[in-house]
Amino acid sequence: MKTPSVQVNRLIMESKENSQRALYEKVNQDIVDTMTQSGSHYYLALGLSFFGFIVFWIIPWIYQLITGQGLTGLNTPSVWGIYLVNFVFWIGISHSGTLLSAILFITETPWRRAIYRSAEAMTFFSVLTAAFFIFVHMGRPWNFYWLVPLPNFRYLWVNFSSPLMFDVFAIGTYMTSSAIFLYFGSIPDLAAVRDRVTGWRKTIYTTLALGWRGTDFEWHWLFRAYTFFAVLIVPLAVSVHSIVSWDFALSNVAGFAETIFAPYFVVGAVYSGSAGIITLIAILRKTLKMEKYITPDHFNKVNMLLVALSLIWTYINILEIMTSYYANNIFENDILAYRLWTPPYSYLFRLMILLNSVFPLLLIFKKVRFSITLSVLISLGINVGMWLERYLIIAPSLSRKFLPYMWHNYFPSWIEISITLGSFCFFTMLFLLFVKFWPSVSIYEVKEDCGILLKK
Amino acid sequence: MAGLFVKIMKFLRTYRRPGYFEKPDHRWTMVVDLDRCIGCTACVTACYAENNLSVVGKEDCGNSRNMSWIRIEKYVEGEFPDVKIKFIPIMCQHCGKAPCEVACPTYATYHNQDGLNVQVYNRCVGTFTCAVYCPYDVRRFNWFSWKREKPLDEQYNPDVTVREKGVMEKCTFCNHRIRAAKDRAKDEGRRPLRDGEVVPACVQSCPSGALVFGDGLDPDSKVSKMAKSDRNYRLLEELNTDPSVIYLKRVVNDESSRQA
Repeated sequence: MKTPSVQVNRLIMESKENSQRALYEKVNQDIVDTMTQSGSHYYLALGLSFFGFIVFWIIPWIYQLITGQGLTGLNTPSVWGIYLVNFVFWIGISHSGTLLSAILFITETPWRRAIYRSAEAMTFFSVLTAAFFIFVHMGRPWNFYWLVPLPNFRYLWVNFSSPLMFDVFAIGTYMTSSAIFLYFGSIPDLAAVRDRVTGWRKTIYTTLALGWRGTDFEWHWLFRAYTFFAVLIVPLAVSVHSIVSWDFALSNVAGFAETIFAPYFVVGAVYSGSAGIITLIAILRKTLKMEKYITPDHFNKVNMLLVALSLIWTYINILEIMTSYYANNIFENDILAYRLWTPPYSYLFRLMILLNSVFPLLLIFKKVRFSITLSVLISLGINVGMWLERYLIIAPSLSRKFLPYMWHNYFPSWIEISITLGSFCFFTMLFLLFVKFWPSVSIYEVKEDCGILLKK
Repeated sequence: MAGLFVKIMKFLRTYRRPGYFEKPDHRWTMVVDLDRCIGCTACVTACYAENNLSVVGKEDCGNSRNMSWIRIEKYVEGEFPDVKIKFIPIMCQHCGKAPCEVACPTYATYHNQDGLNVQVYNRCVGTFTCAVYCPYDVRRFNWFSWKREKPLDEQYNPDVTVREKGVMEKCTFCNHRIRAAKDRAKDEGRRPLRDGEVVPACVQSCPSGALVFGDGLDPDSKVSKMAKSDRNYRLLEELNTDPSVIYLKRVVNDESSRQA
């Protein structure tokens, strides 16, 4: 015989469980709906971005492959142009998603759950875009496999002392591990989707979910694997952008050869990436109607990070200029003067400082941090500013190299601008496909917010 | 422990460096006597003819895309009545510690057994990195595949590769002539080469004898003797690139020459 109080307790528990189950079902259904229900706007956006990708990127690129790199605005001292700027920019954008997700996972920060999936996807897609820019930039991209250390009958090997070789490995490793990280984290969600869809989708998700059943054993090992990758990815991400900075810093060109470059690039990358996250989750929130899961508090949290990064970035920027000035090297001085005081670079420099160091200070105020419109505006500004930063490193330094006779200005040509536009279309297209093919919010971890903790 | 470490490092060094890295056959050196240079650009023309350089046309020349491997840099100093014009021929400096060689991911540019900094066109994938790292801006990129018109293609030098688009190129110190001379010397059973046996196109065409070419490792060669001149300097030597081109300063009747 049970005492009445025990019975009451059980009843309360049951009703709690029932309500929780209903809540969980709601979460499941909400996320699955974002994948299966798409309006005409979605198809319009997808079609437009695909069209932009083909027209702005693929067709001009084919033209460039047939004709030669001469279509660009590049010339003899300025042999690196905005293709490289875009490469660094997209690698930078990629630096926040997975890195932030991994750091927040290790530190068990609760607000990570609703945004990390889309942030990780952003990482993967932007690394992909950046990798494509290497091909666009190269003179003979069809020989790319020569950069891979394949055993071959001609006994040719690659030069491991070249920073470009470091790049191949760093970016390759980063791309694979961020893809695996994204995939591992999504397995339970793919299983949840598998159980709720029909038709051709069922086949896809059955394969992708790898037979996930949600047993304690599976959760345990998923958690172990996920933690392993989280710990691996933090140093990896830091090393990747340091290596990208060494493409410049290992040269002897004034304006490139700065020892501060590795931390400068890493901070800049995380900075632009976090700004990218703000823009992205604001769009996701609006278009997929996820107001319930992505709250202004998420914006608040990422914005706090942005203020901190903005201050660090400003500090390193001052440091870079100070040390170049203090070294009093004639070449460094000239580059500095050219970058800071000569139009058009002086205007771009001031714009960059305004967008990256001044406007983000507004985020100190709580109201601005919670305001989605303002934070999107500031984050877009940061991304423009970070693009300018890379431009201001590459363009002025190369067009004013050592011998004044060879000085020649660089201005991007139509094809470079077009391919830059195309890269944004490409990224948008990938992301639009992603939200329909992948649960863009972590279902099982969002449930933690409204109920019991994840079994570990 | 320290001994073991030294042993391992020694092994790694021998493993990583081919034999000629320690003891190259030659160190081809060019001496440019600026006192003799009259800036006639005959060397530039000779280079165009010898090395199948592309003629890019007016527009691309204006875009700083001319393909000249050797150039006469001209600097004008001062305002009209007191104008001073200075000029200096600049070609690939064949640096002993070349920044470009570090940068190339595919070993398309490397140091060969003659102490030359060579460029393998077939191995080049066109990452531009060598041109960025080169402080002398002597590397030239093939922005297009420039073709010569019908009768002019008969002028191509059969000893030199015609480059296509997407490939970096630069002065080779007329490597094909060095090769031919070495082969001839080998056939005649003598090594090393005699001084003055190899003459690059620019040196051959220089009317005033401002350019002198030879082996810097040979202490009796003409270049080695000229390099000992008090007027010697190397371009941007402070960057520690160890160039193989030695300039002899021009002596003029003013303060700048009296200081040294």
